[in-house]
Amino acid sequence: MENLIALLVAAPLLGAVVLLCGGRRLDRIGHLLGTVLAAASFVIGAVLFVDMLGKGAEERTFTQHLFSWVPVEGFQADVGFQLDQLSMTFVLLISGVGTLIHIYSIGYMEHDERRRRFFGYLNLFVAAMLLLVIADNYLLLYVGWEGVGLASYLLIGFWQHKPSAATAAKKAFLVNRVGDMGLSIAIMLMFTTFGTFAFGSVLPSATDASEGKLTAIGLMLLLAACGKSAQVPLQSWLGDAMEGPTPVSALIHAATMVTAGVYLIVRSGVIFNAAPDAQTAVTVVGAVTLLFGAIVGCAKDDIKKALAGSTMSQIGYMILAAGLGPIGYVFAIMHLVTHGFFKAGLFLGAGSVMHGMNDEVDMRKYGALRKYMPITFATFGLGYLAIIGFPGLSGFFSKDKIIEAAFAKGGTEGWILGGVALLGAAITAFYMTRVMLMTFFGEKRWENDADGNQPHPHESPRSMTIPMIVLAFGSVFAGGIFGVGDRFLKWLEPVTGHAEGDSPVSAMTVTAATMVVLVIGVGIAWAVYGRRPVPAVAPRGSLLTRAARRDLLQDDFNHVVLVRGGEHLTRSLVYVDHTLVDGVVNGTAASVGGLSGRLRKLQNGYARTYAVSMFGGAAIIIAATLLMRAV
Amino acid sequence: MSFPLLTATAALPAVGAIATAAVPAARRTAAKWLALLVSLGTLVLGAIQLVRFEPGGARYQLTESHAWIADFGVRYELGVDGIGVALIALTALLMPFVILAGWHDADPLETHNSRWRPTQGFFALILAVEAMVILSFEATDVFLFYILFEAMLIPMYFLIGGFGDRAHAGGDEAAATQRSYAAVKFLLYNLVGGLIMLAAVIGLYVVAGTFSLSEIAAARANGSLDMATNTERLLFLGFFFAFAVKAPLWPLHTWLPNAMGEATAPVAVLITAVVDKVGTFAMLRFCLQLFPEASKWATPVILVLALISIVYGALLAVGQRDIKRLIAYASISHFGFIILGIFAMTTQGQSGATLYMVNHGISTAALMLVAGFLISRRGSRLISDYGGVQKVAPVLAGTFLIGGLATLSLPGLAPFVSEFLVLVGVFSAYPVVGIIATVGIVLAALYVLVLYQRTMTGPVKESVRGMPDLKVRELAVVVPLIALLVFLGVYPKPLTEIINPAVQHTMSDVQKHDPKPQVEAVK
Repeated sequence: MENLIALLVAAPLLGAVVLLCGGRRLDRIGHLLGTVLAAASFVIGAVLFVDMLGKGAEERTFTQHLFSWVPVEGFQADVGFQLDQLSMTFVLLISGVGTLIHIYSIGYMEHDERRRRFFGYLNLFVAAMLLLVIADNYLLLYVGWEGVGLASYLLIGFWQHKPSAATAAKKAFLVNRVGDMGLSIAIMLMFTTFGTFAFGSVLPSATDASEGKLTAIGLMLLLAACGKSAQVPLQSWLGDAMEGPTPVSALIHAATMVTAGVYLIVRSGVIFNAAPDAQTAVTVVGAVTLLFGAIVGCAKDDIKKALAGSTMSQIGYMILAAGLGPIGYVFAIMHLVTHGFFKAGLFLGAGSVMHGMNDEVDMRKYGALRKYMPITFATFGLGYLAIIGFPGLSGFFSKDKIIEAAFAKGGTEGWILGGVALLGAAITAFYMTRVMLMTFFGEKRWENDADGNQPHPHESPRSMTIPMIVLAFGSVFAGGIFGVGDRFLKWLEPVTGHAEGDSPVSAMTVTAATMVVLVIGVGIAWAVYGRRPVPAVAPRGSLLTRAARRDLLQDDFNHVVLVRGGEHLTRSLVYVDHTLVDGVVNGTAASVGGLSGRLRKLQNGYARTYAVSMFGGAAIIIAATLLMRAV
Repeated sequence: MSFPLLTATAALPAVGAIATAAVPAARRTAAKWLALLVSLGTLVLGAIQLVRFEPGGARYQLTESHAWIADFGVRYELGVDGIGVALIALTALLMPFVILAGWHDADPLETHNSRWRPTQGFFALILAVEAMVILSFEATDVFLFYILFEAMLIPMYFLIGGFGDRAHAGGDEAAATQRSYAAVKFLLYNLVGGLIMLAAVIGLYVVAGTFSLSEIAAARANGSLDMATNTERLLFLGFFFAFAVKAPLWPLHTWLPNAMGEATAPVAVLITAVVDKVGTFAMLRFCLQLFPEASKWATPVILVLALISIVYGALLAVGQRDIKRLIAYASISHFGFIILGIFAMTTQGQSGATLYMVNHGISTAALMLVAGFLISRRGSRLISDYGGVQKVAPVLAGTFLIGGLATLSLPGLAPFVSEFLVLVGVFSAYPVVGIIATVGIVLAALYVLVLYQRTMTGPVKESVRGMPDLKVRELAVVVPLIALLVFLGVYPKPLTEIINPAVQHTMSDVQKHDPKPQVEAVK
């Protein structure tokens, strides 16, 4: 049974290779092939899952060793897999949501002439993401880590003829590379500390290393996580990544890839447990991003960018939970899974709306769509209720647990983190209600598109609505299935460990407080966007609103400091290289051998003469040496 | 006496060069096919070397030794270790692709008079370079190596100065001037390096009384040859300077962008992927082996220069407006990594550096040759003359991207393995240097993706409209290179197995041991 693990990656990888190298012949069946192979991964994952459930908690770690990858004296990197409860959770999420989004894309990308290539990229993504979560060492994880980055690059820039898409793709890759620096350094630190970077060796030995080393490794892993999971200060790429086709935003930039940072931290839990300073840094990043993303989400009129802000914020919750240590690991992952359902569902809903509205993304030009797109409205609505934490739905169970865990951290820290998490819940309720009201309620504010076409909103085809319905089911029930009876906790605890913590407030109080802030958030949003008509042109807004529209000015900072500064630096270096370095080296040579004069003369056409004489000279030397031998 | 395989591997292209040059003027195509066949034959011989080489065997294998200039103790001594055999394989492997890619680069123009035979000359010169490079990887006699090291400048000079891109922004006149400037600059830089090396070679003979690498190494190991500290340092510097010019190391690099920019793409590949490797190879073989103490003495300075090369080369690549110059600066950055790995003096660093030489050869060939195909279609090297190519020539754009991704060391492709080994090897000995070098990871992504974005994406430029996609001949060049990049990225074991023992030898030459990890981890 364990030998099936490699097939999880192999199936979609085969799809990617065939679809990308296959040529036009495959245009007619490419999308089907891609979908079938993604589904194959899910089926294999399900088979392994059933097998795993049949075993006791201690025997649930499956391994498969394929071959020795980089064998160099003292350095052992292998291609080997490790499938435990944590990896299994991801495998099912990635292949499950992945398959649904493949199905959705059949309809969504129907009129795109490069649909085959799109499915090739999607398969490449699924393969790389699965590799990331089943690798049994950090270096192989790195391959998956960059593989998803590549797939993300290709898919954000899928419409490459649009300069904005090409720029967004490049930006995503570059920002991620900054994070990758962190992962590289973390692996190098592991190598010098432990002599290896295999999970099976590093993690059990982690407590033997000095706290200083572990803190350094932890901080570098955090840097990596910030890049991939769009956390402050490396969050700036995610909003721009919405240039990609909407199914991509749903799969990669909401449900799976952006959660890889959470996986990395939870997987490396024992390292963080022994490095409290690194843990504090993780919670700070999580808490800051949680608010940052939520504030940005409030100000965006572009439906996808509003959702992207929300993704950032929700991952902030997960990172925060992961930073809490054993109190939070399980809930970080639980929220990750439920978020995978409802956020993917919300994005697919947004895609469905765009599909019916001539690809319009500005919510100020929506309105009243609930009558025209009933299925989209219902599924989006359920996703909305789930994300704001409506009692009984998925988000209620998972987010509530994180807020409780934040308080359970104890001390001033616990109060601050818990308070931030509660505030975040209020803002979430506000901005999601805003999205809901602007899109589906109120008056029609539709406008003709650039070509003068009137929008005719209609329900999307079945290939699109069925995945939305399935995800809506997940949004409604997953939290309950996981939360009731602590099922998810018992499943994951053997891998991540769990501690109850020491909360100054009771769980009931936290839940009650969460309900109160939820009502406040929804209420304010209704007062602003529900009771009054939504202006078709955005009002000027407060200073904060204007800053939030520009992603809290972080992009402007990047532009001025990094882009402009970098341009000046490279331009002056080009000049320096041309005049100074070249000149000094040539000049030194000239003063030594009078070469510069000769150089100038040679440029005037004597080059060939000189070279011929050189050649002649060399020939004479060689002839002479040969002759000497004969003598 | 057994079959002299090493001599044969170098002699075949040498004879092929003469034969190609002798093909009558009218039979241009025959000359091309002859050159291609010879290069394929050499590839077969290189492959036989790879198979016959036993990783667990003696340090130098397949050795040949003949008296040559008895008066000076110069012998014709050949032998390969794992590093040499890997680089010979790289050279023999790249050559058919270089020839195939340059198939039409030397076709006569209308204006040329009929007696001028550029085609035959072009391919003969390429084969001559191949012969000398292979022999220099095989030479275990210092004087023999020196002669080859210098002699290969001559055909390279003619290749750079005599054959440029067809269309040039400044017209034929400007093109010729710039070409000859680049060729002369290449020649002078390398000649100066070579002269200094010649002094050191003679100095070594005076001290050691022989040119034989194995004899000197043995005498040094058993203590019968003791060099004064200053003598060793001076000799080391003499050798290292020549290799640093060729490699090239900052600040001796400025000849490379000129040479690679003006030469045709296949010749640029010849320069950076093959000829320059002789420099880094010689650092491992001669500097570390003959002058271990001086090598350690110079390490701090060399590490700093290599770091500067990495960051400086990458930043300049970002600032380039010319596609080929951009790739040249990227190479300077990569050579910084190679030199860093060599002088980190750890097993991972040196294995990584050797692997890096091979992988850089393949990845740069892939990127540069596709760039050449692109340039030949539009007749311009300027990045700003392109835009939206992926729309009209998706296969060209796709292969260009893969070549670029290999250049930025994407995991899964061959260069990642070597770059990471170098980084780990450097980091374990010099953590701060290792961390600074990782900046190269980010900058490489910047120059590659900016290049791709500006040339391939966006709206289709008028000048690019109707550009044909890759032809069969061009695909035959690119596809095998890409396949190799993927294969060596996933399964580098066949190469590392050959390289590892050689690296162990070098490590014991310099009497260095890898730093021990701090924690004894569970296995």
